[in-house]
Amino acid sequence: MPSTQTLAPLACDSPVKIVATRDAYGSALLELGAKRDDIVVLDADLSGSTKTKAFSQAYPARFFNQGVAEANMMGTAAGMASMGYTVFASSFAMFAAGKPWEQIRQSICVPELNVKICATHAGLTVGEDGKSHQMLEDITLMRVIPQMRVIVPADAVEAAAAVRAVAETDGPFYVRLSRASTPVIFAEDYKFELGKGAILREGTDLCIAACGVCVAPALQAAEELAKSGVEARVINLATIDPIDRDLILDSAERCGAILTVEEHQIRGGLGDAVAQVVVHGKPVPMQMLGMDNAFGQSGTADELLAHYGLDAPAIVARSQELMQRKA
Amino acid sequence: MVLADQAILEIRQTANQVRKDVLRMVNAATCGHPGGPLGMADFMTTLFLQHFNLTPETLHNEDRDRLVLGNGHTCAGYYALLAAKGILPREELMTFRKFGARLQGHPHRNADMGIDFSTGSLGNSLSVAVGMAMGARLSGYENRIFSISSDGESQEGQIWEAAMSAAHYQLGNLTAVVDFNNVQIDGHMRDVMNVRDLKLKYEAFGWHAMDVDGHDVLAVHDALEAANAVYEKPSAIICHTLIGKGVSFMEDQPGWHGVAPNDEQLALALAELEAAPE
Ligand SMILES: Cc1ncc(C[n+]2csc(CCOP(=O)(O)OP(=O)(O)O)c2C)c(N)n1
Ligand SMILES: [Mg+2]
Repeated sequence: MPSTQTLAPLACDSPVKIVATRDAYGSALLELGAKRDDIVVLDADLSGSTKTKAFSQAYPARFFNQGVAEANMMGTAAGMASMGYTVFASSFAMFAAGKPWEQIRQSICVPELNVKICATHAGLTVGEDGKSHQMLEDITLMRVIPQMRVIVPADAVEAAAAVRAVAETDGPFYVRLSRASTPVIFAEDYKFELGKGAILREGTDLCIAACGVCVAPALQAAEELAKSGVEARVINLATIDPIDRDLILDSAERCGAILTVEEHQIRGGLGDAVAQVVVHGKPVPMQMLGMDNAFGQSGTADELLAHYGLDAPAIVARSQELMQRKA
Repeated sequence: MVLADQAILEIRQTANQVRKDVLRMVNAATCGHPGGPLGMADFMTTLFLQHFNLTPETLHNEDRDRLVLGNGHTCAGYYALLAAKGILPREELMTFRKFGARLQGHPHRNADMGIDFSTGSLGNSLSVAVGMAMGARLSGYENRIFSISSDGESQEGQIWEAAMSAAHYQLGNLTAVVDFNNVQIDGHMRDVMNVRDLKLKYEAFGWHAMDVDGHDVLAVHDALEAANAVYEKPSAIICHTLIGKGVSFMEDQPGWHGVAPNDEQLALALAELEAAPE
């Protein structure tokens, strides 16, 4: 089994830079638009929020606002892709993955079309809009569809790299982005590889596997745990489908316990994807942190992450519980 | 029934109060949607004070009227009207969008608050109102079902599936009110996605449809009465409004769809509303 061992290069800015992954998406899309005229963008009346607006202003002939009509947007994206275009389609995650799920399955994934769904405002960190807008089921909904690949970038550097990678790779993708500004974790020379996880911190007592906005608190929690002598390996699993089996099995082998953390329902999300690898390959005690079969509510992003147990103190507490279950 | 001068005055005063409440609530929350509720204040107040029979006394009656607020982002105005009708305590308005509050960023179904349905995702509302109207008729109730929606929500295909169904089942107890302000998030409808003539569309689907000035309290009242007098068809009232109505710097500005006024803007806006003739 390959034990990569190499640590991903992390940003060491002080103070830490804070950028939303949706902003990185908007900038990356603008750059791609300049290089490739096969790229077209669809949005459903949220271009200011999803950040496709910059592209729409720079390349108005290749931007098509769909109005508040997401099902129609996905069908239209499929049709344009079948004519040879690389289509980016954006809305909030709730309306990009939830409302048009069947159109995504039938019109995009079954015919294996080149559509990149870049969904912003995923998860609890949407905040005050509340449960109708807090998409906590999209990873499940998307990863279950054959042909669909799912990426949840941890920060702005990884988001930009992921957007470039999906533009270069044929077929359907779902990229999950956030509204909230979050710490920049990776250094500029970080190399994102589709389907590969990254080791952010080494340790052998347990492995904390996270994605998206939960990666930064996972790193913080690991530093906190180190103070009491617990050394955690922290891995970032941005590509949830196809998942990095090798890194997960290596982590199970090396650490003997895995804690997963995600801003998503536990059922069907990252934890579930990791568990499927672990149970078949190297069963070890696991604990899954996420939304435990509940809807969210209004509040600030930080209040909600704390309330639902997805902040650093909660990760520390759950890690300690998991350590006790380790043989 | 013709509205007495006193009733008209009460509607205008309440609508003005609703506008002020909305601005204070959104300012206190530092986020939310002021534009829509300001534009809807006149027709929503007419509906709440003269037609929708929800009161503290009828709150738990199975056969009272029902309301689905499809454009759930405009709920600050809805909450302010529930307070005006004595169903919510006024103090609670300032908890809007805060952690732990009942006044969620988008409405959540709650029998004690008179909130008949959870909304926030556009496109779902009219189907729900159709189901309520079918259930009410099956139960033999003589109540009315009100669906409130917007021009933006009318872009969702499901709205038109519901429109087809409502006419097919001859739901005379259903009234759909649409806030037609020609504005959605990304700009004016003509630039983003033109829904064109909604009255013609509803008529083509088999509805009784009316165009009214959504700021003309008498015209809105008459339309709501006319809707109630038609038994064999559902009725649609297309209310033509100005987003941000009553605050000069917000009127017809798509930018005020979902941005909170800061303290200075709030003071300017409240001063304009205080000075408004009744
Ligand atoms: C299904 C769905 N897609 C997108 C959104 C995001 N959204 C909220 S309001 C809105 C614009 C709707 O236009 P309208 O209701 O006419 O807005 P207003 O006139 O109140 O500004 C959009 C796109 C949503 N809530 N639901
Ligand atoms: Mg509108």
